[in-house]
Amino acid sequence: MTQPLTDIADGTSREHGVEVRLEDLRRVYGNVTALDGLTLTLAPGELVTLLGPSGCGKTSALRLVAGLEEADGGRIVVGGQEVTNLPANKRGMGMVFQAYSLFPHMTARQNVAFGLRLRGVRDADRKRRAGDMLELVGLGAQADRFAHQMSGGQQQRVALARALAIEPQVLLLDEPLSALDAKVRAQLRDEIRRIQLKVGTTTLFVTHDQEEALAIADRVGVMRAGRLEQLASPNDVYARPATAFVAEFVGLSNRIPATVTDGVAEVLGMRLPLVDPATPSGDAMAIVRPEAFSLVGYSEADTTADPLVGFVIATAFLGAVSRVTVKLESATVLAQLPTSEARAYPAGTRVRLNLRTDPVLVSPLTTVGAKG
Amino acid sequence: MAAIEAAALGYPSTSPTRGSGPIHRRRRRLTLFRVIVFVVMGTFFLVPILAMFEFTTRGTGLGAARTLTAWRQIFDYPDLIDAIVVSLELAAITSIAGLLLLVPTMIWVRLRLPRLTRVIEFLCLLPLTVPAIVLVVGLAPVYAWVTYFFGSSTLTLAFAYVVLVLPYTYRVLDSGLSAIDVRTLAEAARSLGAGWGTVMWRIIAPNMRSALLNAALLSVALVLGEFTIASLLSFQNLQVAINFLGRANAGVSISVALASLFFAFVLLLALSFVGRRRPAPVQEEE
Repeated sequence: MTQPLTDIADGTSREHGVEVRLEDLRRVYGNVTALDGLTLTLAPGELVTLLGPSGCGKTSALRLVAGLEEADGGRIVVGGQEVTNLPANKRGMGMVFQAYSLFPHMTARQNVAFGLRLRGVRDADRKRRAGDMLELVGLGAQADRFAHQMSGGQQQRVALARALAIEPQVLLLDEPLSALDAKVRAQLRDEIRRIQLKVGTTTLFVTHDQEEALAIADRVGVMRAGRLEQLASPNDVYARPATAFVAEFVGLSNRIPATVTDGVAEVLGMRLPLVDPATPSGDAMAIVRPEAFSLVGYSEADTTADPLVGFVIATAFLGAVSRVTVKLESATVLAQLPTSEARAYPAGTRVRLNLRTDPVLVSPLTTVGAKG
Repeated sequence: MAAIEAAALGYPSTSPTRGSGPIHRRRRRLTLFRVIVFVVMGTFFLVPILAMFEFTTRGTGLGAARTLTAWRQIFDYPDLIDAIVVSLELAAITSIAGLLLLVPTMIWVRLRLPRLTRVIEFLCLLPLTVPAIVLVVGLAPVYAWVTYFFGSSTLTLAFAYVVLVLPYTYRVLDSGLSAIDVRTLAEAARSLGAGWGTVMWRIIAPNMRSALLNAALLSVALVLGEFTIASLLSFQNLQVAINFLGRANAGVSISVALASLFFAFVLLLALSFVGRRRPAPVQEEE
């Protein structure tokens, strides 16, 4: 135990996060390799999200850190101490699960106090700390309710309070918001981040929701087939994806035929710098974000062959922004515009695309079109 | 008129008049059907019980007044009292031993060895397929050793009874475990620092309270009604004693049988109240 938990409830920030190192972690289920040498370091107090498609190994990684599964190889080091072979109940890690995991026969307060009770904290201290933690998650008034008397969001808040009550070395969140509706999910996501920043616990957050991962994390680790494809800040993962997989998995992207020559990609008649200047010359697919495009109306008088000229074939209204699908001579691309601008280009309008000259990532030649 | 036409066509009546129309008629027919079923089944169960009670209160001789002598005489037969006590002890031991054996095993298999689920299920359900008489043939040589190690107390029947109640206990516990997310609860408790013992007895078991009580009650009912094994292995439990007594004093024998039935009813009733105790859910806005 480091400091009294009342400090947290009072709003006093504190730092007691530890460094977490996963070194060459391996996990195999029969013929399936869930983790194939995962190496990752979390700085003290950092929140890292592991993002990836189903079966990429992100939950396996989290469960290995929690001690709920045994690694087939590699090491887990927490705060300088190896915990690879330590049972889950000796690791001192707080965990919030995807499924509602409150003990149904206990009230919210008893749930939160459970871990403290196991640690031999005296009755009065236990009650006070449980109350403080419930206040922290905004559920002080619901302390005497049972799980079935609370909504999903409230249950996950109590689960978070319960995980934090034991002052864990590491907080592990296994898709804790996936069972909630969109509005509650967004609220609770922000709340988790606020609390995590306040308590300063090193946190590993697993999700398949890219918006969630980008919104909450200090760094995002994008996983594929048991390995990290990229570990970087949310901005870098989005704006400077290290691989074609990251570019396609995170955010929406257009795959447009391109030609690479001398470290420059020619895309729709425009010469763009490459993210990786060492990309070999030849035909490829350029991966371009929809927001890299803007539209202008195209006068009927212009008759020159322009690869950036096409027709609007559909517009998807998304609130503040709209996605406009434009059919060009050589490809169909998605452009993302403020809705106020997109209104000017209904379906059938002839338009010209403008493409930002940002560095572009290219991948081997495959299909043409937009991918989500 | 419109209501009559609608009814004739089989549509719900739009008439404000209550109690008419096909829906109400269907509802009335359903209620009548329920009442009939209830009365028939109630009679089926109640008549023999009432007949038993009537028999136990008959006086001796024609036109004799009703008497509770048979009930009072229960206490005049020390062997019967011993048999009642031993059967209650057997019921308690069998219930507890059965639960102690099965609860941790089933939780452990569910959490750590799910591939053994089918094997455990097969083993537990096996006694159901073996007739009691065949079971006794197999148990007789085993009981020679049981008697050698544990003496000839009737309470040693508990070994056989634990096997006998396995299928029922297993089924009830299995449905109880299926009703909760055992894995997540166990993992949550483990992550908070709980050992396996704490997980089983402080987290999983309290959440399958109904199943535990049901399993215990089934064991009690089964043990209190068991005759074949005890009789063939030459032990005297309640049913064996009732059987003996039936030859000497049928009134007392039926009184005891009736009393054991009531005991089971009271247990069932108590269980329905204990299993139902839960605060009502509250709808909460985020």
